[in-house]
Amino acid sequence: MYTFSNKLKTFSFILMILGALGVGYGFMTSHKSFEEVEHLLAEESHHGGGHGEAAAHHAAPSHDTHAVAEGHHAEEAHTEVDAHSKHVTHVQHQIANRPWSALYVAAFFFMMIALGVLAFYAIQIASQAGWSPVLFRVMEGISAYLLPGALIVLAIAVASGTIGHYNLFVWMDPDVVAHDKLIQGKAGWLNIGWFAVRGLVFIAGWAAYRHFARKFSIAQDSADDISNFKKSFRIAAAFLVFFIYSESIMSWDWVMSVDPHWFSTLFGWYVFASMFVSGITVIALMAIYLKSRGYLPFVNENHIHDVAKFMFGISIFWTYLWFSQFMLIWYSNIPEEVTYFITRINDYNLPFFGMVVMNFVFPLLILMNANYKRIPWFVVMAGIVILAGHYLDIFNMIMPATVGDRWFIGIPEISSILLFAGLFIFVVFTALTKAPLLAKGYPLMKESEDFHY
Amino acid sequence: MEASKVIHAIYTDDDVLMSAVKKVKAERYHIEEIYTPFPVHGLDRAMELAPTRIAIAAFIYGLIGLTVATLMMNFIMIEDWPQNIGGKPSFSYLENMPAFVPIMFELTVFFSAHLMVITFYLRSKMWPFKKAENPDPRTTDDHFLMEIAVNGNASELENLLQGTGAVEINLVDKAH
Repeated sequence: MYTFSNKLKTFSFILMILGALGVGYGFMTSHKSFEEVEHLLAEESHHGGGHGEAAAHHAAPSHDTHAVAEGHHAEEAHTEVDAHSKHVTHVQHQIANRPWSALYVAAFFFMMIALGVLAFYAIQIASQAGWSPVLFRVMEGISAYLLPGALIVLAIAVASGTIGHYNLFVWMDPDVVAHDKLIQGKAGWLNIGWFAVRGLVFIAGWAAYRHFARKFSIAQDSADDISNFKKSFRIAAAFLVFFIYSESIMSWDWVMSVDPHWFSTLFGWYVFASMFVSGITVIALMAIYLKSRGYLPFVNENHIHDVAKFMFGISIFWTYLWFSQFMLIWYSNIPEEVTYFITRINDYNLPFFGMVVMNFVFPLLILMNANYKRIPWFVVMAGIVILAGHYLDIFNMIMPATVGDRWFIGIPEISSILLFAGLFIFVVFTALTKAPLLAKGYPLMKESEDFHY
Repeated sequence: MEASKVIHAIYTDDDVLMSAVKKVKAERYHIEEIYTPFPVHGLDRAMELAPTRIAIAAFIYGLIGLTVATLMMNFIMIEDWPQNIGGKPSFSYLENMPAFVPIMFELTVFFSAHLMVITFYLRSKMWPFKKAENPDPRTTDDHFLMEIAVNGNASELENLLQGTGAVEINLVDKAH
């Protein structure tokens, strides 16, 4: 049995409290009045540099130059003032969106780890893998975060459209929809009610699978026959079918719809690859941590090697999908589609290409060698970079649509990560204490314990 | 000269062979070669053979392939004749790189795979019309053969091998 050490528990509470304070600070400081934003923009166009430069490009032609040159045309001047106030409102809205988006990105990131682990777990059971059963309880522990985590994501999404000012999804804003033919055409799918219902159906499906898989797994520990194993196998197969549909639709809803004018057909797979590799990485990190504390004596370096192989392989799979999506759109350069990448390359150059280095080049070089995959600190190092890279991946999906060029990884973002990291640690390690760390009754357990590569 | 004499111990089971190898190794005899009809898992480790370095060679070949692809396309598409083809930017390699990635990838795999296979053939001395080096045709079907050099200790060796479950022990003159 695992006991949740007081030190770790305190640590998770500290993370949550620090995170909550920072998130609160983010919300407190993001409500800027029209005048404040106007002042800010004027200051930025004076100083230049950084984001100010980009903002100045927007501001200067519409405001200063034109107004001076053609100032005596009253009507022209009027439209200039109009454009100016439009610009300021736009920036004001972006600034207000930042803490919402930071919270949403972090919430989604930790939710997708749990969901990725659940999918991995179901695959291991459905494929009757012989190496992984020693890690089943670790996977079950991590997937315990899925239900609260997914509900939080959905709650933030819905709250941004009900109590917030449409800070994440513009299609939730009736004012925007009224002037937007494209979104009107999608309103049959993109409306808050149907969005929330879909989300709840998906969460219910995932949580139900997780609940029963866990129940059968624990029942199998003390069973005389393998009926629980058989049930577990059947629901795993059924869940995987449900999962691939629900995950796809979830990724359109929760991620792609922040840019309601844009669509991509392989987006569901792309998000899946990201969650899958993050989930596998967390399994590796948790296994190494628990083993170092002496809780997993039956896990040996061969198991770590196999998990690291998955980290390596799925990192490349993620890159394949990332590149397929990017290259197809870059190559054909159709204006409707390509704006998605233009904003990312112009405003998010470093995070956009930096994540490719972190998610592809780094694991490719570090985890290629078979011996390195057996050394815990190598796997931990690669794992941390992969997780940071996939946080950036989600960041790059959400932020350009909500805060545009007003992004920064500062207090709101880091605090949101701390908040959900604390919650994740608390939920996962609490779940680990609920059952023995070795699923004794599983028919393939002996094979897994003797697993040797 | 005694050194050209070898003992062929023949086994019919890979488990028996494995324990025989461990026994012979423990007695500090040098195993010249083992012939098996199929890969026996763990045999190389039991024989204390050095691990293969072919993966390292393959990695280097892959890098060569990547370099070839990059230099080739950079010369053809960017330096030699930077034509405007459908509006794709041909001002620098980086600008047009996404279009080159499929070729870079394929050539990396191509070089890596083919050169690795050729390296394998060269290192294990395999080529068409090569004379098969098979001491006993049964080793390609269901027998395992261990070959040990004899240095004036033929009788003790035979005793040792007898104890390891060999079905047949032959003292062979290896004429060179």
